[in-house]
Amino acid sequence: MAIREGEVQEFTLEQLKHLVSERALRGETVLLNVGPQHPSTHGVLRLLVELDGETIVSVVPDIGYLHTGIEKHCESKTYTKIIPLTDRIDYLSPMSNNLAYVMAVEKLMGVEVPLRAQYIRVILTELQRIASHLVWLGTHALDIAAMSVFLYCFRERELILDIFEMVSGQRMMVSYFRVGGLWRDVPEGFEEAVRAFLKLMPARINEYERLLKRNPLWLQRTKGVGVISPEDAIAWGVTGPSLRGSGVNYDVRKAQPYSSYDHFEFDVPLGENGDVYDRFMVRIEEMRQSLRIIDQALRRLPRGPYITPDRKVTPPPKEELAWSMEALIHHFKFWTEGFSPPPGEVYHAVESPRGEFGVYINSDGSPRPRRVHFRAPSFVNLQALPIMAKGGLVADLVAIIGSIDIVLGEIDR
Amino acid sequence: MAPFLVEAAIKSLILVLLLLTGFAYLTLAERKLIADFQARIGPNRAGPYGLLQPLADAVKLFFKEDFIPEYADRVLFVLAPLITLIPTLLIFAVIPFGPELTLFGYRTRLQLTDVHVGVLYIVAVTSISVYGITLAGWASNNKYALLGGIRASAQMISYELAMGLAIVSVVLTTGTLQVSGIVEAQRNGWLIFLQPVAAVIFFITGLAEIKRAPFDLVEAEQELTAGYLTEYSSMKFALFFMSEYVKMIGFGALMTTFFLGGYLGPFVDLYPGLGVVYFTLKVGFLIFVLIWLRATLPRIRYDQLMSLGWKVLLPLSLANVMGTAVVVALTA
Repeated sequence: MAIREGEVQEFTLEQLKHLVSERALRGETVLLNVGPQHPSTHGVLRLLVELDGETIVSVVPDIGYLHTGIEKHCESKTYTKIIPLTDRIDYLSPMSNNLAYVMAVEKLMGVEVPLRAQYIRVILTELQRIASHLVWLGTHALDIAAMSVFLYCFRERELILDIFEMVSGQRMMVSYFRVGGLWRDVPEGFEEAVRAFLKLMPARINEYERLLKRNPLWLQRTKGVGVISPEDAIAWGVTGPSLRGSGVNYDVRKAQPYSSYDHFEFDVPLGENGDVYDRFMVRIEEMRQSLRIIDQALRRLPRGPYITPDRKVTPPPKEELAWSMEALIHHFKFWTEGFSPPPGEVYHAVESPRGEFGVYINSDGSPRPRRVHFRAPSFVNLQALPIMAKGGLVADLVAIIGSIDIVLGEIDR
Repeated sequence: MAPFLVEAAIKSLILVLLLLTGFAYLTLAERKLIADFQARIGPNRAGPYGLLQPLADAVKLFFKEDFIPEYADRVLFVLAPLITLIPTLLIFAVIPFGPELTLFGYRTRLQLTDVHVGVLYIVAVTSISVYGITLAGWASNNKYALLGGIRASAQMISYELAMGLAIVSVVLTTGTLQVSGIVEAQRNGWLIFLQPVAAVIFFITGLAEIKRAPFDLVEAEQELTAGYLTEYSSMKFALFFMSEYVKMIGFGALMTTFFLGGYLGPFVDLYPGLGVVYFTLKVGFLIFVLIWLRATLPRIRYDQLMSLGWKVLLPLSLANVMGTAVVVALTA
């Protein structure tokens, strides 16, 4: 049945009965409604869980409770003004979203980005990855009731947010990257702050690892739980640490290097069994690799401009407005009308903390995009939840949701 | 009135008052300690060092709406918190807090009543409180609460046997069912050294009995939102909450009595009052360990708890009882 625009599709109970088994209809199994208000669904995710005792027969994720209409909203904004919207898609990794979006526009317009800007982008997105993984580790451990880890992780995340505040003025909704470079250069004291963080963090990561890695209760709860085979993971389009936990070596940073990721040495940690424990180890190891990348980028951080001099995508410098009429007109047109990329379409993906975060832009040559679509890794990864959870127990379900590391803002967009 | 009754009444009153203040400040102590473990500050707004926090909590709970779900079984729903709380308070009747001493020229024992089969009484009474939880889960008519209730009954069956057998080892070693007798029998050495296996089993099963981390599956808020507590509010919730913390004290008191020499310690015969101090310190230490465990450990899974109870603890405690019996028979 095709749905026309503006039409609300309604389902009858009959049409929804295929979601559960025959046994549930006969009352032999219990249908449990988990969420959208539930402590462990990591946001407003609703799950229809069919239980036989405590064993999970099936899980049906139901999304849409955090629908923000960001994609549609983008169609009414100029290209620059879309950047703040991208922060709010995956609110735990705004830097990665910013990067994916501005790089897609740069690809569409063929803009060259100065090396310094590329390196700073790498430093900040890798810091973002650590921050996001810290939230994941904290909440994942909290789901399995190891509650102290949660606060330790948030303590360290605070340091990263301080760095973000230093560069962008914002802790979470940074909007720091611009088409062609950065909003402005990093301030004084940035390098020292990042160095101090690099010095502190390895010991802290070891600490988290020691708390959990060989803890027999943690192993019992995570080993062999929520297994997904590499074939299934690929078939369902799973990306990011959830895919690498199954041993598939796919990382956008290596597969299609962007923003000079090919300048840096780092390993892609892989799991073997595709269970909750392997996904846990992959993410812990990824934090270490991110530190390695940041260290290299910081050491080799070149001097130079922080944004492209290309006036098509950059406003003229403020001081020029005082004497140049052309600059004044350009400034006015840039901020009111915006810039117009050539007609066409483009897709660019980055490795966000959750997986392949892609931006598709369809331009009709006007200053506003005709269509913007975000390939949200959480959305795709969540589809694998029923496979992982089937046959497990209720307690496994929360461990598995935690191990996929979903962000609902990204799922509903 | 008979002096015996007056004595019992005064002792009960003091005991209940102590337990209720103990419970209130235990909640504060737990929050403060866990805050320390987690690099936080903890409650510090109500009064100096947050000392009035329990009062604030009580006032808050008191003014909450006392809600009973429409389809709940009203009688059981109201009774369940009481069924859980009262047995936990009753345990303290047989626990000796100190040796015999003379107070105002009156010779008395710091124990409400020294039943000859005190151990049996403890085992019997502790099991009752689980029914409150199971019934609460059933009476709420909520799926989460029901799952919590089912977990409670499954959990009880899995650990109570091992716990009982651990206590049997204690009884075999000391040769008495009288609680004060067990304490006095430890004058030459605490039972934790004579019966280390039984002590460990008692500790683990005790954790399961009082539903503390890592065995807090019954209310597992991450899985079952709040398990059997889901539909409870206001003072009915407070009663469950109270029973949970009184159980912690009760567990500490039992462990101390059975394995850590109760009120015994240096110079306790010269100054019997010291017995109360030793007892409190030992119980306090055990409660600290409980809080420590909660701050550190992940939760065990439902099926894993049962396999631990049936496949590990039960055979181990059986073997321990047999071994103890043989040694006792040979040395007697």
